[in-house]
Amino acid sequence: MSLVLPAPRVRLSRDDFLMRLGVVALVVVLLLMVGLPLWTLLAKGFEDRDGHFVGLANYAAYFSTPALFISALNSFQVAAVCTVIVVPLAFLYAYALTRAVLPLRWLFQGIALIPIFAPSLLPGLALIYLFGNQGFFKAWLGGGQIYGFEGIVIAQVFYCFPHATLILVTALATADARLYEAADALGASKLRVFFTVTLPGAKYGVISAALVVFTLVITDFGVAKVIGGNFNVLATDVYKQVIGQQNFSMGAVVGMVLLAPAALAFGIDQLVQRKQVALLTARAVPLVPKPKAGRDLFFTLFCIAVSIGILAILGMAAWGSLIKYWPYNLSLTWANYKFETFDANGWDSYYNSLAMAAGAAIFGTALTFVGAWLTEKTRAFYLLRDLVRFLAFLPMAVPGLVLGLGYIFFFNAPSNPLNFLYATMAILVINTVAHFYTVGHLTAITALKQIDPEFEAVSASLKVPIWRTFMRVTAPICLPSILDIAIYLFVNGMTTVSSVIFLYSPDTKLASVAALNIEEAGTTAAAAALCIVIVLTSAAVKALHLLADRFLLGRLQAWRRR
Amino acid sequence: MSYLEVRNLQKRFGDITALGDISLDVAEGEFVCFLGPSGCGKTTLLRAIAGLDPQTAGTIQQKGLDVSRLPPAERDFGIVFQSYALFPNLTVADNVGYGLVSRRQARAAIAKRVAELLALVGLPDAGPRYPAQLSGGQQQRVALARALATAPGLLLLDEPLSALDARVRLRLRHEIKALQRTLGVTTIMVTHDQEEALTMADRIVVMNAGAIEQVGTPQDIYRKPATAFVADFVGSMNFLSGTLEAPERVKVGALALACPPQPGLATGTKVRFCIRPEDVRVRDLPADSINLLSAEVAELDFIGAFCRATLKAGEVSLLADFSSNLIRDLGVEQGRKLDIALPPDRVRVFAA
Repeated sequence: MSLVLPAPRVRLSRDDFLMRLGVVALVVVLLLMVGLPLWTLLAKGFEDRDGHFVGLANYAAYFSTPALFISALNSFQVAAVCTVIVVPLAFLYAYALTRAVLPLRWLFQGIALIPIFAPSLLPGLALIYLFGNQGFFKAWLGGGQIYGFEGIVIAQVFYCFPHATLILVTALATADARLYEAADALGASKLRVFFTVTLPGAKYGVISAALVVFTLVITDFGVAKVIGGNFNVLATDVYKQVIGQQNFSMGAVVGMVLLAPAALAFGIDQLVQRKQVALLTARAVPLVPKPKAGRDLFFTLFCIAVSIGILAILGMAAWGSLIKYWPYNLSLTWANYKFETFDANGWDSYYNSLAMAAGAAIFGTALTFVGAWLTEKTRAFYLLRDLVRFLAFLPMAVPGLVLGLGYIFFFNAPSNPLNFLYATMAILVINTVAHFYTVGHLTAITALKQIDPEFEAVSASLKVPIWRTFMRVTAPICLPSILDIAIYLFVNGMTTVSSVIFLYSPDTKLASVAALNIEEAGTTAAAAALCIVIVLTSAAVKALHLLADRFLLGRLQAWRRR
Repeated sequence: MSYLEVRNLQKRFGDITALGDISLDVAEGEFVCFLGPSGCGKTTLLRAIAGLDPQTAGTIQQKGLDVSRLPPAERDFGIVFQSYALFPNLTVADNVGYGLVSRRQARAAIAKRVAELLALVGLPDAGPRYPAQLSGGQQQRVALARALATAPGLLLLDEPLSALDARVRLRLRHEIKALQRTLGVTTIMVTHDQEEALTMADRIVVMNAGAIEQVGTPQDIYRKPATAFVADFVGSMNFLSGTLEAPERVKVGALALACPPQPGLATGTKVRFCIRPEDVRVRDLPADSINLLSAEVAELDFIGAFCRATLKAGEVSLLADFSSNLIRDLGVEQGRKLDIALPPDRVRVFAA
């Protein structure tokens, strides 16, 4: 006898109810922060200046304006060339860090990260000092000039290098020594081992690094703004259309064109990542490089050369910021750090940046971590959890400039009850959190996946509310990852230009934007000074983080020790 | 009335049926093992009983109360997972007292109860240490103490011993069983280890492909397997293919072998004639023994306490376990010819 029974629906516990409520709230917040601004932007591209629907007219106008279309080709060209240069360079550097025995390895690793702490206009400024109209080495260019394609490429290589290196170090660090021993035992040549073991193992890392560099270059705004000269790219076009010509509809169209390659690269990366299976099983033996004179010497020299390149650009900006009147009077001065001489906001823009970055770090970390926890731990409720995942992933594919533009359209609309946020510090914080949401979300998800999935089941069986387990167990265990997210948001909050350029008001101008304005007004030295202050601040915060990790966390996390 | 009544329980994941129509009763104070290969649905059934992965259809009653629709937090159970799921950042004492703190008990009362529980599991001094500082077996006991702290009516153990090495596993089997007997707590344990199930359980539920194959005492399961699957999964078994010639006779190749009466099977049915290797007799065989065969030792594998012989009787090949004594006494060796008997009362017959 087989009874057909109606499926009993399980009643929701208090925890289930609260968590579902949390997921709903998260969806609403993410829709406001990411979904609706982008939707408004999309719609704006189909309207004329007065807000009437005009279908594809703007797009038709865009593609029939040669000047605008050429920018798109320029962007692609620059991005392609940078990718071809950065990826091999970063691969060798990452290979040196992971597979060779280097003296002062930690130092080389640290130097490679420096560009992350700088706004993207810093390398542009340094190049102006070196090769600009009054640059030291202008003669080297033999009548050519640094403003334009070459300048953008060099500055972008500097700016993208750490991003590619980080990905490739991760890809190369996860190697199984047993594969190399097997290859050795089978008598494979070094070259054959490289092409059959090393490269396949790092394949996905290489693809990922290439896509990241391509996207960074195509969406970056600071470099092209400073050193692009008459060489127009998509990112500068958006700025010109919106700020210069106040043509918001055309700005939206260029924004959508800018979104396409970034979204495409992101899509490809997702497909590739899905194919990747864990190479490092629990039984793998980590590869520890053994000393080998010739190889180690080569890679040490290589790392020194790259490090000198990075330090030269940073050092040039720092030196330039201290010089009285480049290149005629090279005596040193602090005058360029008296920002009130160059910009009405003076040092206030720096304090604004500090406040904004701190706000993004605090609120952003809380939102991303709690959000990731809700997505991971809520029982059933699949549809909305998938929606959260989608919304959390979206910002990664969206250039900051595009998101910023979406914010203008969405939050500035008089009909939006949230438009009181416009031109406040809050909107800068919200925008920055949204712009950098994905990485924090993924970091939190990874951390949460590493802890035992049965903690919540145990809590339920012991009748302990789930939020209590979150506070007492989950969050403390994930503390290192939570700090990582906070630092990531802080550093990006300090350096970001692209998404906030449309959103600041005179009172809330940020240091990175001020640097751009000062540079625009022609005072390279003060712009460099402001960039250096930003670099020092983010680097100092990162250093504090490392110290805290080593000493404070060591004490708080005694339970990790065996 | 039984303590736990599972009725017509079903669990589907999309088109996949993980549990098909399971009904089961567990008496109060009983120790029941769900035994089966991986993917048989034993853990799914345990998690449905806990409310962690609710069933698609069917009901569960605990102590006369229908808990089918209750979330886990409103059911009465303690659980130990294969991973133990100890909170790594809390001390052993805080782990054990985790469920007590939220019940707003006085701090001294909690401390006393924690000490009591740690003594119960044989770790009276582990309180201030962190889980990572304990061995696997010790962590297992802490998890058990934590699950028992709130004095649940039902204790659920999900493969609690499979992450431990063999020696510790053996010792903990006895300790858990003894503890369960002392406390009298109704217990369900999921395991894929038949030896574990045989030594610990009062009753075993053998599962396969989302269905129950047999429920019975360890002796029943071992001696009288109800299906070919149970016969094969629990212990070793010779399977000889043949045809049922008469209600009490199976034709295997050229041999006609006697078996217990098979009222359920029609003559002429293709069957499998089964006997366990240790039930193959060689010593003190009367000349008129039933199922007397002459066989040759084709292979002899040394296992330790006994040897497993592969015997050839005509075209039939079967395994037999011989004790070291027997091997010495009879001088069994490869190539040796032996008379063997397959006692009909030890034989099981299943439809092929």
